[in-house]
Amino acid sequence: MSALDELKQAQMKPADQIPKFEVGDTVRVSFRIVEGEKERVQAYEGIVIGRHGGVGPDASFTVRRVAYGEGVERVFPLHSPRVEKVQVTREGRVRRAKLYYLRERRGKAARVKGREKPSAARK
Amino acid sequence: MVKALLGKKVGMTRIFGEKGRMIPVTLVEAGPCPVVQRKNSETDGYEAVQLGFGEKKLKRVTKPMQGHYAKADAAPARVLREFPVEPDSELNTGDKVTVDMFEAGDRVDVAGFTKGRGFAGVIKRHGFKGGPASHGSNHHREPGSVGQAADPSRVFKNMKLPGRMGNKRVTTQNLEVVYVDAEKNVIAVRGAIPGANGGFVEVRKSVKGS
Repeated sequence: MSALDELKQAQMKPADQIPKFEVGDTVRVSFRIVEGEKERVQAYEGIVIGRHGGVGPDASFTVRRVAYGEGVERVFPLHSPRVEKVQVTREGRVRRAKLYYLRERRGKAARVKGREKPSAARK
Repeated sequence: MVKALLGKKVGMTRIFGEKGRMIPVTLVEAGPCPVVQRKNSETDGYEAVQLGFGEKKLKRVTKPMQGHYAKADAAPARVLREFPVEPDSELNTGDKVTVDMFEAGDRVDVAGFTKGRGFAGVIKRHGFKGGPASHGSNHHREPGSVGQAADPSRVFKNMKLPGRMGNKRVTTQNLEVVYVDAEKNVIAVRGAIPGANGGFVEVRKSVKGS
């Protein structure tokens, strides 16, 4: 294995720590934020509208939510140490890999079929 | 002490640095470089060391060069490069320079040959904007006017025109060393460096920074 591959490998989270979720799931991402000296964890909840790069070292995922009437999408690197955990609060059943069509929909039309996950912690 | 190394560009990736920030890095496999010749002011008129890097089959080395390597008791190298040193430098033939001399946080310059792009037009080569794509335009990727008329009756020198692009020695200055792996002879610098993966590069102490 080349030095480059080794380095990439080293950047990845161990397999058992890679968060498990799928496109269409509603997730709660605990994101570590460093403000000067202080460090706190911020939660961001929304629908996973896409995953990129599988589970490889460069993998990332996009989470969409509508906040105060405005659509917000955030891209998180899957292996970032700042992504503390990803909880699935609702499992979604979808028929495509990228849910970009949600961007053109509002309100009831922008829903994803699925079922609540009772086990997951909800606020 | 000479602050320069010869190496090979391995490739780019990104790593999570301090505070989980993503850092783009280029890996360079550098050294260990044997000192093949030590030049001094008495015999050569200036002070320098000649470093070697890479392997070369003995049968591909000419007889005179075989003698040159034998003198330093070094294996034939793919590339030889000279770097200036102070007169009191203790480096001598047979010594080896390694990535040890750099550490994370240092600033380096990296020189290499850029990827050759062949005969390139003016848009790719000089960043011209080009003409309109449509509305009856027939002026798409052309250079346009190259000068005046009867006076001066010629095209000025250094006019930006199509031609060979790339495959030119370029130095990227003031790159931060992200980390050094002495065991694998690997050094990672922040950002991009010239050339294709597997290309030969020189890593020097930065002229500007530190």
